[in-house]
Amino acid sequence: MRNQLSFLIAGICITGLSFQGCKPKNSASAVNSDAASKVYVAPGKYDEFYNFVSGGFSGQMSVYGLPSGRLLRVVPIFSVDPEKGWGYSEETKPMLNTSHGFVPWDDQHHLDLSQTNGEIDGRWIFANANNTPRVARVDLTTFRTSEIIELPNSAGNHSSPFITENTEYVVAGTRFSVPPDDANGDVPINTYRKNFKGYISFISVGKEDGNMEIAFQLKCPGVNFDLSHAGKGKSHGWFFFTCYNSEQANTLLEVNASQRDKDFIMAVNWKKAEEYLKAGKGRKQSVRYAHNKYDEKTHTATSEIRTEVTVLDVAELKDIVYFMPCPKSPHGCDVDPTGEYIVGSGKLAALVPVFSFTKMLKAIEDKSYAGDYEGIPVLKYESVLHGEVKKPGLGPLHTEFDGRGNAYTTFFVSSEVVKWRISDLQILDRVPTYYSVGHLCIPGGDSRKPNGKYLIAYNKITKDRYLPTGPELAQSAQLYDISGDKMQLILDFPTIGEPHYAQAVEASKIRDKSVKFFKIEENMNKYVTKGEAESKVVRTGNRVDVYMTCIRSHFAPDNIEGVFAGDEVYFHVTNLEQDWDVPHGFAIKGADNGELLIMPGETQTLKWIAEKPGMFPFYCTDFCSALHQEMQGYIRISPAGSKVPLLFSTGKNMPAADTSAPVARK
Amino acid sequence: MKKLFIFFLVIGSLFACNAPDSSTTTTTTSTDQSAPAGGQENVQDSLSAKDVVKVAMSSPDHTTLVAAVKQADLVSSLSNAGPFTVFAPTNAAFDKLPAGTVDGLMKADKKEDLQNILQYHVYVGVLKPEYLTDGQTLNMVNGDNVTLNVKDGKITLNGNVNVVTTIPASNGIIYVVDGVLLPPAKK
Repeated sequence: MRNQLSFLIAGICITGLSFQGCKPKNSASAVNSDAASKVYVAPGKYDEFYNFVSGGFSGQMSVYGLPSGRLLRVVPIFSVDPEKGWGYSEETKPMLNTSHGFVPWDDQHHLDLSQTNGEIDGRWIFANANNTPRVARVDLTTFRTSEIIELPNSAGNHSSPFITENTEYVVAGTRFSVPPDDANGDVPINTYRKNFKGYISFISVGKEDGNMEIAFQLKCPGVNFDLSHAGKGKSHGWFFFTCYNSEQANTLLEVNASQRDKDFIMAVNWKKAEEYLKAGKGRKQSVRYAHNKYDEKTHTATSEIRTEVTVLDVAELKDIVYFMPCPKSPHGCDVDPTGEYIVGSGKLAALVPVFSFTKMLKAIEDKSYAGDYEGIPVLKYESVLHGEVKKPGLGPLHTEFDGRGNAYTTFFVSSEVVKWRISDLQILDRVPTYYSVGHLCIPGGDSRKPNGKYLIAYNKITKDRYLPTGPELAQSAQLYDISGDKMQLILDFPTIGEPHYAQAVEASKIRDKSVKFFKIEENMNKYVTKGEAESKVVRTGNRVDVYMTCIRSHFAPDNIEGVFAGDEVYFHVTNLEQDWDVPHGFAIKGADNGELLIMPGETQTLKWIAEKPGMFPFYCTDFCSALHQEMQGYIRISPAGSKVPLLFSTGKNMPAADTSAPVARK
Repeated sequence: MKKLFIFFLVIGSLFACNAPDSSTTTTTTSTDQSAPAGGQENVQDSLSAKDVVKVAMSSPDHTTLVAAVKQADLVSSLSNAGPFTVFAPTNAAFDKLPAGTVDGLMKADKKEDLQNILQYHVYVGVLKPEYLTDGQTLNMVNGDNVTLNVKDGKITLNGNVNVVTTIPASNGIIYVVDGVLLPPAKK
């Protein structure tokens, strides 16, 4: 192997030298000397793009600026985040509620920005939870998760959260087929073919408020749904899902799900599904799933358990679903900006097939079927194929588009991005990635209007790219300038968790809508304190509610006495600031949860059990001002049953006149 | 496997030596030029509550003070998170100084003197009126002390400068005063 490699490298050198007398292209010469200046953003200037990157097993989403690659924010979605109090404050805990109870973690794979007429509108970004199936909506005025909806009949919500071109729906296709929620799941695992089904959820999105509801689910054959993208333009009204394990294996999928030459891209006519739904052809199924919403006026989340979904059976109801054969174990499912071409990337395939939407419609009309799969028509491969990209590389995964008629596909095994022309399927350029690239992203690259200036590759393995940090190294994003004929590597930067899919958009579509603070007069939190004069401590049995304010640079009250061991203390902290970028934090010694991070104008609550008698300091954790270190207070805990009166104050609890101060005053 | 290597060989020979600059034809800049120039005082924000500088700038009675703050290069510092207590002399207060004093301080070679005087009007921390006590001394930003007198709710500084009113600001509080505080002579 090593000899062969040396031969290969020597060959490249020789051919390179002999043809043009230049140095071979290696990782050093792949980067031009002006790369750094292309990504520098001076103080007072902003990045040109937002880049939203999935956090993989961190469960969160990170936000970067491009071209600088600077991390701007980590937005907590599916995992608790003690840094921001997400899942720790009483107000945010309901966001992580599910039918399984409070779930503190998930695996966040894909993101999709909301669109209007096929263009990114900058209002929301949707995120999927892969493990306990959920879809979240993040509000891009606050960069906070506004809503999370759980998906019944599902397990492993992987082909999600892709949207239709007017954000009519966000979809969620189950990776693991399982027995439906209203069936007995306690069956032998090897009865997969008989008992397991794959469900696809269509979640409607409110035009104005973004409110998500499960409009309907499609009951499909038991396979693994992998990825998806909506039709657009001419193919608007259709949705395309890759599926693997059409072998329906229930064990050792590494071997048993790679038997067939071709699996499928499932084409869904969702307009047809809507007709059936309207005609009452859906079956109401009893289920349990959580629907959680965060209210920006009360600064509080609520969680509701829903008990019903409407299911359409795609084997019974004709013309909703067709299968297009796609080699082998297809992963990425990407639709070009015109909506005509659907690219399926078979992880194990030696070519990349490109399907034609026009041909697909014709094949359906002509009933050009190769057979059926569990009662669903399988279209003939040749009759739906636009063509194949031949010898593209090894391990094709995902494709994005530049809006200039070109596609860019990632290759995991050969660690490269390959640029090819959609019309004639010719390969135009290829660049190495470091290493094992998964997803890629071009701003608007899955919309009707890509901005083909940059391409970002998201890599799984970084061995010699980053200084060693023990057994695991950071994953990386690599930025390429694709404005010219050749792709040029200009930057790489580490990511939070493992990046899967990402989205990027011109900053101007989001930047100016960003909320700077919450208006204190509009704060409807049940425990708000709208001014220092209103701050108070109220005892109700062994529950103590502290109505506290904070503003540069003190808490009110900051001295609290008359609280007893065993009391349940709720610190309801209102940030009175009405100024951008001045959150205050709140932490108290011994708290068995996180801190609070309270945005200007907001109220957040930390529950704290007064465990034992003693003196417990609390302080501001977010460096707010020159006197941040002075921003502190004490709560005195007395033994249960003692007679210490309830006292609370700021700036008044001075030493008694006859108390000699330990240090003489000047 | 052999085919694979041949494949790489071909690709290698095609792309081993890209023309060096074929990919750098773009001339567009990588940053958004519409963003404001740098500096905390230049942040574009018409929504947040005003800081002490912006409050002073919006007051017709403090044009001399604002000009002096600019001349002393203190706009940026006072636009900081603070928090500050600023004793803000009115235009009339400056007018009470001997003729030519202000003009003299505004000269480039007197910048340090101007900074010393202005910093004698700033305290780091928010001193609300209810926290002030009679006889209290405040150590100001320039390092010198101001002595407070509080009698019947009336606040006097160094025995001769009176507080006219207070104005809250996002990064502190402003006490409008009727005289200019002069730092004690250097020893």
